[in-house]
Amino acid sequence: MSYKANFRVWRGDVDSGELRDYTVEVNEGEVVLDIIHRLQATQAPDLAVRWNCKAGKCGSCSAEINGRPRLLCMTRMSTFSQEETITVTPMRTFPVIRDLVTDVSFNYAKARKVPSFTPPEGLKAGEYRMQQVDVERSQEFRKCIECYLCQNTCHVIRDFEDNKEAFSGPRYLMRIAELDMHPLDVADRQKAAQDEHGLGYCNITKCCTEVCPEHIKITDNALIPMKERVADRKYDPIVWLGDKIRRRK
Amino acid sequence: MSEVERHSYDVVVIGAGGAGLRAAIEARSQGMRTAVVCKSLFGKAHTVMAEGGIAASMGNVNSNDNWQVHFRDTMRGGKFLNYWRMAELHAQEAPDRVWELETWGALFDRTGDGRISQRNFGGHEYPRLAHVGDRTGLELIRTLQQKIVALQQEDEQEFGDPEARLKVFQEATVTRLLTVPDSGSEDGARITGAFGYWRESGRFVVFEAPAVVLATGGIGKSFKVTSNSWEYTGDGQALALLAGASLINMEFVQFHPTGMVWPPSVKGILVTESVRGDGGVLRNSEGKRFMFDYIPDVFKEKYAKSEEEGDRWYTDPDNNRRPPELLPRDEVARAINAEVKEGRGTPHGGVYLDVSSRLPADVIRRKLPSMHHQFKELADVDITAEPMEVGPTCHYVMGGIEVDPDTAATPGVLGLYAAGEVAGGMHGSNRLGGNSLSDLLVFGRRAGLYAAEYVTELGDARRDVDQGQIDEAAAEAVAPFANEGAENPYSVHQELQQTMNDLVGIIRREGEMAEALTRLEELKARAAKAGVEGHRQYNPGWHLALDLRNMLLVSECIAKAALEREESRGGHTREDHPGMSADWRKVVLACALAADDGHIDLVRRSPEPMRADLLALFDRDELKKYLTDAELPAEEEGSD
Amino acid sequence: MATGTAAPGRAQIRERHLRTDRWWLAPAVTVTILTGFIIYSTWRAFANADYFAEPYVSPFYSPCLAENCDSMPMSANAPLFGDWWRLSPALIILIFPLGFRLTCYYYRKAYYRGFWASPSACAVPEPRGKYSGETKFPLIMQNFHRYFLYFAVVVAGILTWDVIIAFRDEHGAWGHMGLGTVVLLANVLLIWAYTLSCHSCRHIVGGRLKHFSKHPMRYRYWQLVSRLNTRHMQLAWASLFSVALADLYVYFVASGVFDDPRFF
Repeated sequence: MSYKANFRVWRGDVDSGELRDYTVEVNEGEVVLDIIHRLQATQAPDLAVRWNCKAGKCGSCSAEINGRPRLLCMTRMSTFSQEETITVTPMRTFPVIRDLVTDVSFNYAKARKVPSFTPPEGLKAGEYRMQQVDVERSQEFRKCIECYLCQNTCHVIRDFEDNKEAFSGPRYLMRIAELDMHPLDVADRQKAAQDEHGLGYCNITKCCTEVCPEHIKITDNALIPMKERVADRKYDPIVWLGDKIRRRK
Repeated sequence: MSEVERHSYDVVVIGAGGAGLRAAIEARSQGMRTAVVCKSLFGKAHTVMAEGGIAASMGNVNSNDNWQVHFRDTMRGGKFLNYWRMAELHAQEAPDRVWELETWGALFDRTGDGRISQRNFGGHEYPRLAHVGDRTGLELIRTLQQKIVALQQEDEQEFGDPEARLKVFQEATVTRLLTVPDSGSEDGARITGAFGYWRESGRFVVFEAPAVVLATGGIGKSFKVTSNSWEYTGDGQALALLAGASLINMEFVQFHPTGMVWPPSVKGILVTESVRGDGGVLRNSEGKRFMFDYIPDVFKEKYAKSEEEGDRWYTDPDNNRRPPELLPRDEVARAINAEVKEGRGTPHGGVYLDVSSRLPADVIRRKLPSMHHQFKELADVDITAEPMEVGPTCHYVMGGIEVDPDTAATPGVLGLYAAGEVAGGMHGSNRLGGNSLSDLLVFGRRAGLYAAEYVTELGDARRDVDQGQIDEAAAEAVAPFANEGAENPYSVHQELQQTMNDLVGIIRREGEMAEALTRLEELKARAAKAGVEGHRQYNPGWHLALDLRNMLLVSECIAKAALEREESRGGHTREDHPGMSADWRKVVLACALAADDGHIDLVRRSPEPMRADLLALFDRDELKKYLTDAELPAEEEGSD
Repeated sequence: MATGTAAPGRAQIRERHLRTDRWWLAPAVTVTILTGFIIYSTWRAFANADYFAEPYVSPFYSPCLAENCDSMPMSANAPLFGDWWRLSPALIILIFPLGFRLTCYYYRKAYYRGFWASPSACAVPEPRGKYSGETKFPLIMQNFHRYFLYFAVVVAGILTWDVIIAFRDEHGAWGHMGLGTVVLLANVLLIWAYTLSCHSCRHIVGGRLKHFSKHPMRYRYWQLVSRLNTRHMQLAWASLFSVALADLYVYFVASGVFDDPRFF
């Protein structure tokens, strides 16, 4: 059942690099990460790759396979034909460190910009009451394994380095949506989503949803609902008037 | 060598899983400048793999539950070898630790009245596991990670620097703890810091700190079939040994009964116990629910005798006994092992775990989403339509660093604390599912708290790191580059895994373990010659060569202790000594570094007798199964 | 300075992208179909003829709001625009469905990818140096999608009326049903499904709530709309085809290409 596959793996660092060709054994049931490990053990002992759980749960082994952002551990070799050359590169939105490893600190910096969960004052631990129907929307977003594939594929920053300052990316806009929909969060997050995290840059072309290994409906369930909530607050005079009147009463 | 990067902190936490992060949060909340050092990226720790839930007797689903019942279940699961004080603290404090997570933003599944829902799990008398579908570990890690971010945001406001008092040093490996001899005791030591390297650049880094919390997790990478990630190379255990601490109960290694067996590249990856908790059953190749044949005497009264009764239990747990698929993990793992050995296994050498014929497809997808996803993506199996093939996989080490039950401090090394899987004692000879995540939180917090207390009391009496130790550690770390082309670290590692799997696995025999020790000696010699090519920047071969020292030390400890303990109990099964012995219960085997610095000495310790009020939680008849006559409480006057 | 994937610090890979699949197919199909529809609808909207064949009125011309409309008894026509309006009456009303679809979250994706190449496909670079998304005029106007939704609901209501009156024959007697009735009915069902599956609709019926548990009815509406919403793309295309077909059908009957087959 085993065969020799043709691989092209990007080798290099921040200064230079190249796609290098390898011929490597592939066995039944293997994933791309297995092949990368075989390369390490047999032909390229210093090939750098980041990985951890090897079960699609930690989100460490993000890379690009044949130009598409994917987890190395969740891409089965059986999805390729035996003849085709499989190209593996690091994520191309973040600075490269070496080979398949990139510097993802952009994401950690953006994470710190989102104000954390803010419960109502005086609510003590153990007294939290939430209904299942009220937590389900946020729970979907909390499935996120922070592989950053959505951040990597998003053209807003992938294709425009300058936008990195103003745009937090799908992962953190989804985090804002998660908190905004949290039944016990009392912070106001809607205007900040637009003004500080760049929700307006998103043109809902759905690449984040397309690459999400957890199949989270990022665009439909987080980004668009957030855009609608922002519209309530910033672009809809009727809602604005309604809120004003209601508050008067 | 003196150009090493240095950082100075009050408390350094090694490991960023549940225990490490909880310890760091606590130390920082106590006002300590705290660093977390971890091998992976922040938020990727192996805790994310935990699926089932966090055991805490909140009594939300069954109000009969309380800490005493949880304590009792934990002691039973561990076959009474647990440090009872740890089991007590754990059962008492777990609910608070879970509720605290909610205040940090965790979103557990809910009950009808809006409280945290709790699920059934093997060995727990009542539904007790707080959970989020089958991705509870991810929720735990993310919540702690976000709490750390919240603390950093506070620091940003106060000092303009988010990392002023709490910083995560990610992708750094610690290879040595730095100590000075402790003036107060003859052979004790005192922590001064830790030495490590950046995985990215290969450059060395020294953390100066009077207190170190070890929270590095387990040892699974010493075994071939394991659910553990590459990080689980026994680092904390080895660091503690090398610093002068002891490891206890290392012979007790939990083989989770249900790991994937096919395809080969994912062999060992966990299939959560919730599959069985929610109705999944185990069958052999003849279609028989074989677990009914494997209920041991100590559990005879607690488990269903017929399939009908077991099935009724899911809907009416008060009037029926639970099915034997939910026996503690050691029992189920042994049963599967026996079935496969007797030729009733599946084509790939496991047994069938079937949920498809037991629950409707949409319920399976809702209750077990990650399992559905995992089998679909990795094995091309639709678990709503066909059974899974599963077999035992090395999952957890019950043993670990000896600690004080209350403070998580290690006797013998002042300033060294340990929490989570790396610490020993809490789970005795076998851990119940769900007790791990609660262990991380309860003892992670305690380790952080008492480390902070220690540093406060220490005041200005901190000791400087010894430059000689730094130089030695640096020399040790670069040694593999001098061995170019000698031994391939990957092959040494593979042979180690094979050895441990075959000779110190689920079922153990005296001759095989003696053989294992001989092979470990050879492997140690080969590991010393392991060479690597290239440079220090992100060099996985080098990293593995350095990890080999830790894995070999820990493996030797496991094999020695397993050879010594001539009984079967929990995660230690001796074919040549199949019974459980009350006399052996009074023995704790401790490993310490031998005087030659390269080997393990085994020492016998006696556990402290359990407090009377805790003993009183059990029937005398039950205690008889575990304790010697001399240990049994006096029979009550007038009772029959 | 190089930007995008060639920006300093990133892995220096000569190829702009490495996709080997037919990533260009989806945007190409989008462009082809949308262009075809634009050509067809422009022709029909300006034609100002053959849009009424008793009892059927073309969805392009309903409601008909100018004095120069054909006489369409019972249909939704009102001479709001006087005889100064010389252009086709379709132009008055088409602006609303057009605006609804132009600001629709699905169509936005489709034309940003298809016409703007922003981006053509995931991980395929954009052919421009600057990008501000929907933060500036005119694209910031996309936030007014909900207003177009309100109009779209009214229009869908009127089209529903058109279907009801299509159950009368040309003499105004009830109980008629021809192929045209079926065509209009199918069209209006798809229009409703598309309109109600809208993301703004999903937000308004319940999505904006923080606590579903306190609004059980709205939660049920939200669940219903959410289920439809997962098919929004399919409904967007299906209703686009159906509206063009309904118009084409009326055109054929009105211009005498064929007679409307009758069932009863």
